[in-house]
Amino acid sequence: MTTTSTPAVAGWFTTGDDPRLVASRCTTCGTLVFPPPPPEAASFCRNPACDGETHEPAELSRTGRVWSYTDAQYQPPAPYVPTTDPFEPFALAAVELPEGLVVLGQVAAGYGVADLAVGAEAELVVETLYADESGERTIWRWKPVVELGEEADQ
Amino acid sequence: MSTAVAVAGVGMHPWGKWGRPFVEYGVHAARAALADSGVAWSDVDFVVGGETVRNGYAGYVAGSTFASALGWNGARIATSYAACATGAQALDTARARILAGLSEVALVVGADTTPKGFLAPNAGERWTDPDWLRFRLLGMTNPAYFALYARRRMDLYGATSEDFAQVKVKNAKHGLENPYARYRKEVSVGDVLGSAIVSDPLHLLDICATSDGAAAVVLTSLDYARKHGLVDPVRVEAVSTVTPTFPNTVIDMPLLATDHAAGGAPERTFKESIAQAAYEEAGIGPDDVDVAEVYDLSTALELDWIEDLGLCKRGEAEVLLRAGDTTIGGRIPVNPSGGLACFGEAVPAQALAQVCELTWQLRGQATGRQVDGARVGITANQGLFGHGSSVLLAR
Repeated sequence: MTTTSTPAVAGWFTTGDDPRLVASRCTTCGTLVFPPPPPEAASFCRNPACDGETHEPAELSRTGRVWSYTDAQYQPPAPYVPTTDPFEPFALAAVELPEGLVVLGQVAAGYGVADLAVGAEAELVVETLYADESGERTIWRWKPVVELGEEADQ
Repeated sequence: MSTAVAVAGVGMHPWGKWGRPFVEYGVHAARAALADSGVAWSDVDFVVGGETVRNGYAGYVAGSTFASALGWNGARIATSYAACATGAQALDTARARILAGLSEVALVVGADTTPKGFLAPNAGERWTDPDWLRFRLLGMTNPAYFALYARRRMDLYGATSEDFAQVKVKNAKHGLENPYARYRKEVSVGDVLGSAIVSDPLHLLDICATSDGAAAVVLTSLDYARKHGLVDPVRVEAVSTVTPTFPNTVIDMPLLATDHAAGGAPERTFKESIAQAAYEEAGIGPDDVDVAEVYDLSTALELDWIEDLGLCKRGEAEVLLRAGDTTIGGRIPVNPSGGLACFGEAVPAQALAQVCELTWQLRGQATGRQVDGARVGITANQGLFGHGSSVLLAR
C-alpha cells in the first residue's frame, strides 16, 4: 500500500527538503502576493502605481521573524477539519519574511506558544494537515528555530 | 461649506440573545429614533438599512425590509454592507445624500440576529475565498487574530494579562446602568483571568460575544433641523470610511498575509489612517476629543484603538488605563457605554450603536454613565476586507 501525500492547496508551497512558500510576482513592478491567485485567474497588480497584469511564481525565503503568535485552545468550526478526538490545541504564528510580507501559518507539531516570541526566528516546514479520500493533505507550518545554546537547555 | 448634518434622533433595541427576527429589533430601534427626533415617519425621504448576511433575503435588502415593515411611505432606500463597519457606511450614504441636497431626512437602521459560538463562514467549499480558507487551512478563528494583536502588545510594550482584564473590569462597570447593554454585572480581574483561555493570551472574558440588537439614527440637514425647532443638535462632523493605502503591513482578519512592503511600512497603519481621515474632514484633532467609543472585540484591541485614535502615543495605552484616564471621570473616557464587553457584537448595528451612545453623551442624557461636559466624541471600528469606520460627533 502506498500513502500519497499532496498539498491541501495546489501551488502555494513547494515540498521536499527545502520547502518554500510560492508567491506570485508582478512581472512589471515585482510586487509579490501571497497566497498567489489561481493560475487561470486574472491577476491585477496590487500596487496602485502599477497596471501590470502578468505574474510569475516566486519562491519566498524559508526563514523569517515571528511578528506575533497565538494558539487555538478550542476546536475551530467547519470548514476546519479536525484530526483528533478530543481536539488537541495547536499554535499559530504570523512570520515576517525578509521580502516584506507577513504570512500566517500553523506552528509545527510539538511546538506551542511557550516556544515562541515576537522577533524570534522561524522556518517553514511542510506537515500533514488532515487526510481525505486522496490521502494525506499537507500544509506549510512555522517551526521555531532553536538557537545554539538554548538547545542545550532543553 | 459645512459638511455637518444633524443627529435629530437615536434609538436602540436592547442587546441580548432574544431569538426574534432581526426586523422586529430594527423597527423597534427605528421607532425609538423617530420618537426621539420628533420627526414623523412620513417625513423620512431616505432609508438606509445595514445588511445582515445570516438572515436570508430580507437581510440582503435590509433597507427595503425596514421601510416596508414601517409601512411604505415612498422614501428612497439603500442597503449597505461593510461587515463590522456597516453602520458607518450606511450613515455615510445617508449623510452624502443630505449634503448633496437630495434628501432632508434620512433614517439609518442596523439590526441583527446572530448564531451561537464562533462566527464561521457560510457553508460550501470556496477555495478562492480567504474567509473560508483561513478556517480550512489554518483553523484561524476571529479570536486568534485578536490574540495576535494582544500578544504583540505584551512582547513589544510590556502589557500584561492583568491590563487586558482591567479593560473588561472598567467596561463592565461603565455598562452597569446602560439599559441597552446585554451584560450588566461587575467583573473582577480574577474573573477574567480565571476564565478559559480561548487563544493565548486571551481569555473567554477578554473576547466579546455575538448578540442580537438594533440601533437607528435619524439624520437631517442643518436647515431642516433649524426649521423644525431642533435646538443645538448633535452634529455629525465627519464620517471616515476609508480603505487601506497600499501596502497594508498589519495582517487583517480574514487574510492569510499582508501586502508586500518592498519599500518599508507606510507613514500610517490602516487603523491609524481611519481616524486621521475623520480628524482631517472635521478639522478637529485628538486633543479636542472628550469621549471615545471604540471597537473592543477584545480587551487588548481597545488599547490598540486608543493609540490609533491618537489619544496617546504608540505603546502608552496601558499607562492611560492604569492611571484611570480611560474610566468615566478620567481624562479621556473610552467606551462609557460599556463597549462590546457589555453588548456583544450585533454586526450591522454596532457602528450605529456607537453613534447613539455618543449622541446621548453629548446631550448629557447618558444616565448613570455620563461623561461630564462632553462636547466632542469619536467612534472607531473596522470591518473585514478593508472597511474603515470612524464617526466624529460634536455639539
